[in-house]
Amino acid sequence: MITLAHFLGLGAVLFCISVAGIFINRKNVIVLLMAIELMLLAVNMNFVAFSHFLGDVHGQVFVFFILTVAAAESAIGLAILVVLFRNRSTINVAELDSLKG
Amino acid sequence: MLSKNILLAIALAPLVGAAIAGLFGRQVGRAGAHWATILGVAVSCVLSVYVLKQLAFDGVPAFNQNIYTFFEIGGYSAHVGFLVDRLTATMMVVVTFVSLLVHIYTIGYMADDPGYQRFFSYISLFTFSMLMLVMSNNFLQLFFGWEAVGLVSYLLIGFWYKRPTAIFANLKAFLVNRVGDFGFLLGIAGVLYWLGTLDYATAFANADQLQGKTIELFPGVPWDAATFVCICLFIGAMGKSAQVPLHVWLPDSMEGPTPISALIHAATMVTAGIFMVSRMSPLFELSATALAFVLFIGATTALFMGFLGIIQNDIKRVVAYSTLSQLGYMTVALGVSAYSVAVFHLMTHAFFKALLFLGAGSVIIAMHHEQDMRRMGGLRKYMPITFATAWIGTLALVGTPFFSGFYSKDAIIEAVKEAAHHGGWVQQYAMWAVLLGVFVTAFYSFRLLYLAFHGKERFVVESHHDGDHHGDAHDDHDDAHGHHEPGHLAHPPHETPWVVTLPLVLLAIPSVVLGWFAIQPMLFGDWFAGAIVVDPARDVIARLGAEFHGPTAFALHGFQTPAFWLAFAGFAAATVLYLLRPDLPSRFAAALRPLVTMLEKKYWFDEAYQAVFARGSLLLGRGLWKGGDVAVIDDGLVNGSAAVVARLAGVLRWLQSGYLYHYAFAMILGLIALLGAFLWSR
Repeated sequence: MITLAHFLGLGAVLFCISVAGIFINRKNVIVLLMAIELMLLAVNMNFVAFSHFLGDVHGQVFVFFILTVAAAESAIGLAILVVLFRNRSTINVAELDSLKG
Repeated sequence: MLSKNILLAIALAPLVGAAIAGLFGRQVGRAGAHWATILGVAVSCVLSVYVLKQLAFDGVPAFNQNIYTFFEIGGYSAHVGFLVDRLTATMMVVVTFVSLLVHIYTIGYMADDPGYQRFFSYISLFTFSMLMLVMSNNFLQLFFGWEAVGLVSYLLIGFWYKRPTAIFANLKAFLVNRVGDFGFLLGIAGVLYWLGTLDYATAFANADQLQGKTIELFPGVPWDAATFVCICLFIGAMGKSAQVPLHVWLPDSMEGPTPISALIHAATMVTAGIFMVSRMSPLFELSATALAFVLFIGATTALFMGFLGIIQNDIKRVVAYSTLSQLGYMTVALGVSAYSVAVFHLMTHAFFKALLFLGAGSVIIAMHHEQDMRRMGGLRKYMPITFATAWIGTLALVGTPFFSGFYSKDAIIEAVKEAAHHGGWVQQYAMWAVLLGVFVTAFYSFRLLYLAFHGKERFVVESHHDGDHHGDAHDDHDDAHGHHEPGHLAHPPHETPWVVTLPLVLLAIPSVVLGWFAIQPMLFGDWFAGAIVVDPARDVIARLGAEFHGPTAFALHGFQTPAFWLAFAGFAAATVLYLLRPDLPSRFAAALRPLVTMLEKKYWFDEAYQAVFARGSLLLGRGLWKGGDVAVIDDGLVNGSAAVVARLAGVLRWLQSGYLYHYAFAMILGLIALLGAFLWSR
């Protein structure tokens, strides 16, 4: 029997993978973007799970919104990435330290 | 009743002249400046004479009234007011008359100076300040006038502000006068503290309240209040009237143009201290200690400053030391409670000393601004008027019977003798000092005359120069005539223009006759009744009056006094040394080398002050600068706080790595911490 806890566990595992992806990744901005997407998916997983087990469809509606926004966001993110590559000739995260004080 | 408007006009006319010449000098031009100021001072002078006539001959009572309320604080109100009695009126006439003549003289002396209008503005402003000083009816206005004349003196000593020596001299004068003014201000504060008022009439009426009061300057050492107040006031007089040890500024003030040496540093301003003490006679009479102090200082100044005049070679400096010595005589008169004699000598001295200074200035013009007497000589045939008037001034100064200086100086000597009969060692010392001073005065005065006007010419006239430089009459000629050897003149000396000689002649007249007319009323009449108060137990003048049988008899008796023979001895010595055997002085100087060195160094006063006060304040200033300003304020407070911020920021900036994942990690950590705290607190 698959319970709510399994789904929430899956969501938590996904979220932790994505957080680790953000922190541990030192090479590639694309991986960063992917990790962010994964993070959103973890949230979506929680939404769908709760929606199903509580019998409330609103959660699934929200998931559609989030997917849409995530698609738009990754489009913008990739565009920024292209511009960034054009300007700096690199997408190596370790070299992007213009904010350093 | 004296008219308030007339008194106001006397005081303000020179101020208006000064404002016109000073503020609109460019618009009114040179002639406009001298006409405006001379007119202002002339109005003052004429009205002063009128006021003196009213007071002296028409029996008009003294004027004492507040004109204007300056400010009121609590129960105390400060007024501008006039107290005009015969003492004041005498001073007013002396000040305005000498000032008027000096104004006229300046037309000739400063003819080519670029600061012509400025100079007229200053001397007119001086006349105003001095009038405010003498006409005041309260201590505050007196202090105003006191400081104002000091300011103008400062401006005029440094008139040629491009000369480093002039700047040094005016700074020195200002600083030394600060010392005196500090004492003066303490004295005024003492009057206000114990008597509760700064008004002369009230303060003098309540002067008895000072008796029995004491002040402990040091714990356990009570001072008599009257002594304290009087000595403090006299310290002010010592600064302004250049008494030892605050005399050092006066010889250096000769850096200023000669007309102001005559007006300010001989005739009027330096006598302000004498006038002030005379005015304060009701206070000074309360303290025998203060009077003894005054007497000691005066006697020391009279004798030892006279010695210095002997070895000076600058013609103006000889007259300057003579002024110091004569101021010492006046102070001696104050010290034996002979205030009227002090004012009498002040008055006669103002005329003959102004005459001598202006005569020296006339010589300086003729010599094309050569002041060293060693390069003069034989000038009598070139400038007969200056020569004659200088002789008159000298005869008056050394106290030749029937000249005005004789009456005043002999009265001082007689008064001191009278006081020494009953007095202690201070009075004895003063008597010997003033007697010996007569010899010294005669010696240096005739030395000046012989070196400048007699003997053979010690300058060379270079006749090949062309161009007309007559009327060159400003001191800073160094650039124009800088190519000359010292002692070489482009033209023979010439008599100076009439604007220069007229004041000489007009000053020579009172130098001769004034004493004869004035001694009877001023010393033995009731001229100063009400203005000067003398304790009958100390009234030496009243005792002299018993033996006084008219000015002619006084002068004839003068031939039998030691003072006359001492003066004659001085004359004879100077004649031998500087006229008949000019080779002797240098041999004497060689024989008395240590003594001459001491005189040349002026008793090392300057060196001592330089070493102690100037060096000391420099060290103090450097200590405060290095220790207080640089170390504590700059390095500690200002740079220190900046360094702390920088150090802290240096640590904090390690957090700003610039890597996105660090920031994100920090966000997560923060989130976890917040959530943890949230859960924990439930």
